[in-house]
Amino acid sequence: MDKKLAEIRKRVPALSLQVAGRDLVYLDNAATSQKPYSVLQMQTSLSEAASGNVHRAIHRLSVEATEAYEAGRAAVCRFINADSVILTSGATASLNLLAFCFAERYLGPGDKVLLTEAEHHSNLVPWQMACARKGAEVCFLPIDESGEPDLEVFARSLDSRVKLVALPHISNILGVVNPLEEMISIAHSRGIPVAVDGAQGIVHAKVDVQALDCDFYAFSGHKIYAPTGTGVLYGRRSLLEEMPPYMGGGDMVGHVSYGQTTYNELPLKFEAGTPNFTGAACFAPALTFASELREDAELQAYGRKITEYLMEALPTIDGLKLYGVPKDIGRKSGVFSMTIEGTHPSDLAQLLDQMGIAVRSGLMCAEPFVSKYSQTGMLRASLLPYNTMDEAEYFVQSLRRAVKMLR
Amino acid sequence: MDAPTKTIKELSAEVVEEFAVFDQWLDKYEYIIDLGKSLPEILPSDKVDANLIAGCQSRVWLACRCENGRLWFTADSDAIITKGIISLLINVYDGQKAEEVAASDFGFIEEIGLKENLSPTRAGGLAAMILKIKTYAKEYAQG
Ligand SMILES: Cc1ncc(COP(=O)(O)O)c(C=O)c1O
Repeated sequence: MDKKLAEIRKRVPALSLQVAGRDLVYLDNAATSQKPYSVLQMQTSLSEAASGNVHRAIHRLSVEATEAYEAGRAAVCRFINADSVILTSGATASLNLLAFCFAERYLGPGDKVLLTEAEHHSNLVPWQMACARKGAEVCFLPIDESGEPDLEVFARSLDSRVKLVALPHISNILGVVNPLEEMISIAHSRGIPVAVDGAQGIVHAKVDVQALDCDFYAFSGHKIYAPTGTGVLYGRRSLLEEMPPYMGGGDMVGHVSYGQTTYNELPLKFEAGTPNFTGAACFAPALTFASELREDAELQAYGRKITEYLMEALPTIDGLKLYGVPKDIGRKSGVFSMTIEGTHPSDLAQLLDQMGIAVRSGLMCAEPFVSKYSQTGMLRASLLPYNTMDEAEYFVQSLRRAVKMLR
Repeated sequence: MDAPTKTIKELSAEVVEEFAVFDQWLDKYEYIIDLGKSLPEILPSDKVDANLIAGCQSRVWLACRCENGRLWFTADSDAIITKGIISLLINVYDGQKAEEVAASDFGFIEEIGLKENLSPTRAGGLAAMILKIKTYAKEYAQG
């Protein structure tokens, strides 16, 4: 196992960096992933090669650019079992597109959009904005520290005014896989579509949008080894066709006259302007890497062991409280948020940085939820399959040491 | 309160010396944390929103009063490292003449390399603290 992991880590150059004179222990993967050579090389080679723009010209360079872009899209489709996807600049862009266009078509005065209490701002603010525009209302399904939604409460929340449920597959704080299948089937039984913020879900869970039967699924490329500035919005065709476009401009048009415009077919209707085609092309190697790690049963089992270790070891630190502790530990993914009595998370993160460990501290783009539990923010460590048990153990030791220094 | 017996220059040179003793940044942090723990408690009447410093990741209060041309500071933060940093500054500038504080270049902060060892948000917070001290000093130096 050690040898296999060492091999994998060698393919991700950032993992061999030194910080504060020590080997970097990168535990801020929920913020962004480190990229493998295969992705970095494709990025460089596409940048070094002469550029043609996509979907435009007849010349060779343009054709090659289009092919690379569409190969990226095809890789995404295979990865989540979708027939087609809209490519965007990230999860935030996907969710804003969705909120705007869905509201234009489907929301009116008195309607409601149901979110959970544990949303990332990117799946909260766009809905607030859209609902404010349409005279609709955002409401929230309660989530407690266990991180598990109460399905009965959920079912009861779905009155006839609710026009959409939008929730995370895995919250970036709680790290608990939401019971999407059950929730989607409950919502669908009332005729309510479900949008999934998959920014973390795509990284930690297997996603098959058809088996899930979700109506929308959004995620970023950079959290799953692709370059920054890449993102995806999957949407059910029948809904997307009804929705008006988001931005106007090149590539999203059918015919344009001075008086009016008809729109291109899906997905291009939602892809105005020159896209980040070099970035999107890198979805192919990025998702190949992700699949390789995901399909390795030994590596997966090892990852489960690290999660179990952390769930057991972290609470032995005096005053430490974990958020996202599901009854079934099988639902916990590699995202661990905590507060520790008598310490400020930014102090902890600062000391851990001096020990070579990268973790996140603060409100974690989920201010309402974090504020509910803490005055000062939380500390979060998050894993990817390239992390090792040694790193997890070193993190726990170092955290213990940091807490001691601060008290 | 008695005026300090040492000048800003002397006190900041002491800080630089103090820091030179440690070769590990973690040890320097230990020292900063101790400074934070030993910072005298802020007056409740000074721990108000008006004295909050904008631009810090953690909340920092810094109040200043002027007696006979000398500045006296009280401060607090909910993060102990931040509190230590502000304590470091106060140890040098507390009780000094407003004109002298206003004229200080805060160079010892550069010399100890604090900024490079802070996260960018913290470094921004440090800059905001220094600016706040300077602003107080300039106000009182004129007045
Ligand atoms: C759950 C969740 N949703 C949305 C986002 C937004 O992703 P991005 O900033 O890449 O658009 C994130 C990233 O932090 C996230 O964790």
